[in-house]
Amino acid sequence: MPLIKNNQIIDNIWTYVPDDAPLGDESHIILGLERFLAERLQQRSSNKALGVRLAPADDPEKLRPYLDELDLIEVDFPKYADGRGFSQAQLLRRRYAYTGELRAVGEVLRDQILYMHRSGFDTFSTTRADLSDVMAALDEFSLSYQKAADIREAVFGIRQKR
Amino acid sequence: MYRYDEFDAALVNERVSQFRGQVARRIEGSLPEDEFKPLRLQNGVYLQMHAYMLRVAIPYGQLGSAQLRRLAEISEKYDRGYGHFTTRQNIQFNWVELKDIPDVLQDLADVEMHAIQTSGNCIRNVTSDHFAGATADELMDPRPWCEIIRQWSTFHPEFAFLPRKFKIAVTAAAHDRAAIRVHDIGLHMKQQDGTTGFEVHVGGGQGRTPVIAAKVNDFVPESEILDYLEAVMRVYNRFGRRDNKYKARIKILVSETGAEEFSRLVDAEYAAQSAHEKIDLPGDEIERITAYFKGPKLPTRPLESTAFNDARVADPDFDEWAAVNLHPHKQAGYTSVTVSLKPIGGLAGDATTDQMMVIADLAEAFGHDDIRVSHAQNIVLPHIAIDDLHAIYQQLQRAGLATANESLITDMIVCPGLDYCNLANARSIPVGQDIQKVFADPAYQRDIGKLHINISGCINACGHHHVGHIGILGVDRKGQEFYQISLGGRADEKAAIGEIAGKALSQEEIPAAIKQIIETYRSHRTSKDERFIDTLERIGHAPFKEAIYAAD
Repeated sequence: MPLIKNNQIIDNIWTYVPDDAPLGDESHIILGLERFLAERLQQRSSNKALGVRLAPADDPEKLRPYLDELDLIEVDFPKYADGRGFSQAQLLRRRYAYTGELRAVGEVLRDQILYMHRSGFDTFSTTRADLSDVMAALDEFSLSYQKAADIREAVFGIRQKR
Repeated sequence: MYRYDEFDAALVNERVSQFRGQVARRIEGSLPEDEFKPLRLQNGVYLQMHAYMLRVAIPYGQLGSAQLRRLAEISEKYDRGYGHFTTRQNIQFNWVELKDIPDVLQDLADVEMHAIQTSGNCIRNVTSDHFAGATADELMDPRPWCEIIRQWSTFHPEFAFLPRKFKIAVTAAAHDRAAIRVHDIGLHMKQQDGTTGFEVHVGGGQGRTPVIAAKVNDFVPESEILDYLEAVMRVYNRFGRRDNKYKARIKILVSETGAEEFSRLVDAEYAAQSAHEKIDLPGDEIERITAYFKGPKLPTRPLESTAFNDARVADPDFDEWAAVNLHPHKQAGYTSVTVSLKPIGGLAGDATTDQMMVIADLAEAFGHDDIRVSHAQNIVLPHIAIDDLHAIYQQLQRAGLATANESLITDMIVCPGLDYCNLANARSIPVGQDIQKVFADPAYQRDIGKLHINISGCINACGHHHVGHIGILGVDRKGQEFYQISLGGRADEKAAIGEIAGKALSQEEIPAAIKQIIETYRSHRTSKDERFIDTLERIGHAPFKEAIYAAD
């Protein structure tokens, strides 16, 4: 599955471990939120790099105390129509100041990628878009009416600076 | 009215290009229908019973003449010579081909229009009082805030995949003509200690679970309102139900959580916003947008117009129309005219290409280029000199647009029903037409006075039957169409959901039943000044129910 970050295809070094599966010997593992909270201390001593996968109903605030030790947060979109991940991303980036990798996984469609990027995602794991699609999608709008987690200023503010 | 600057224009044009690409991918096959669906919906494109339908946004119901002419041209070129004005102040074209829609959107963009977010699970067109900026009874003009909310909600990256659609309405008048209490968010503008702000109502709605909105905040100052709205939206996006489409509107979240707890969640989310998350709408930007809505400079005119009074005497039909279709203007010598799109036996809200052209011409010649669409599916010319009324009337009459029935019994909200809609259980249009025929006599209608009959062909309630003084709901009983009458609904500041009167009736029985209700009202009212809804409130539903079912 192509993984796209900063307009490049990158290799995936991470392995998601389902809640009921044993941990293998991978160096970079992604756990579900509750399992991460339960096994965090134990895994820290094992030299593994830890990431977390948020399901739509998960409260990202639970990760707030541990954001410094996380290199990756995945937000799962099991169905593209379920937009809770957009709020999770905005909270993580803007309110909790998470600066590590924020990856959208699941049903990540080409035409959602711009809004995902604006909400704070920097990496997209998708079978529904290739690199050129993602780059085109991110380029479709030159302006935004609202501030979000990207660097764009809102039109409201731009007008007043003319 | 608001005019696009280069930023608004750029965004709308970029949207057209984006959708052109999406349609091309759909037609070529790389974009499957189930993934295309949310994209087309967020551009107002529905797949209806017979064809694609395009819903075009008319933000807070305001149009200029050039825009209405463009809609007329689209109706001729891409549709079958008419457009359908909706209860959310938009317009729909029913026969547009998918391949043509990007071109239609470009035609719209060229006159500062679009179809953005007119459907889909996102924030929809913001609606408002159709007399805004003209009426004598408003505290201030709500349209600048409608426009600000339009911009803020357009392409909002966080709120494009909400649990369900989301509708916001704003009013600033004592009499609520925007039905704010049956919207997901209803905003009532107020002033407190010299500060402008909003009373916030959340969780109203119609559909299969009608709810009157809960007041969740008495006063949010204008400087904080967008941040407050963000807080409401985030609470809804995170916690609204997604397991069942019919329980996904915010009204269900509010009622299941409890209005108090919901309000607490919003307050907590609002309080947690850090400084850099705030929307930071510059005061100069509020002023800049407000300036667009100053309205035309209307020359001073005498309160009384001799020409008008003489014409009323000379032309009884004009007299009838003038008695019914005018609304008091804030400036002496002027009035707001309702152009009824409810001719007897017609289709509620439909206007032909020629009719749209006539209205556009009249607005240009007499109406300072200002045209509104009302949520009751009529057209309003808000700033008309009383001296000009007879000339306007004569042109409207020639165009079949001079029906004198604004807010009277034949001015019904009627959904398209089984004749046009996939979802309907029963036909609505012929039922409305049959009722209109019973009350077609202008004198009889006027004697009955203000009364709203609303008709829906199914429980989705697009015809607003829950909030009709008399509501009619089409239901399917073993393949037969029946109609349930409800009484006492209203959409104004005393919003209420109508109560079902009794067992459903057949289509043939409905006109007589309505006649019974009306005659009961006429025999019980204290005077002609007591409206139907007030008599109903005073004497209760029992006499009306008895009258409906007396024949059994």
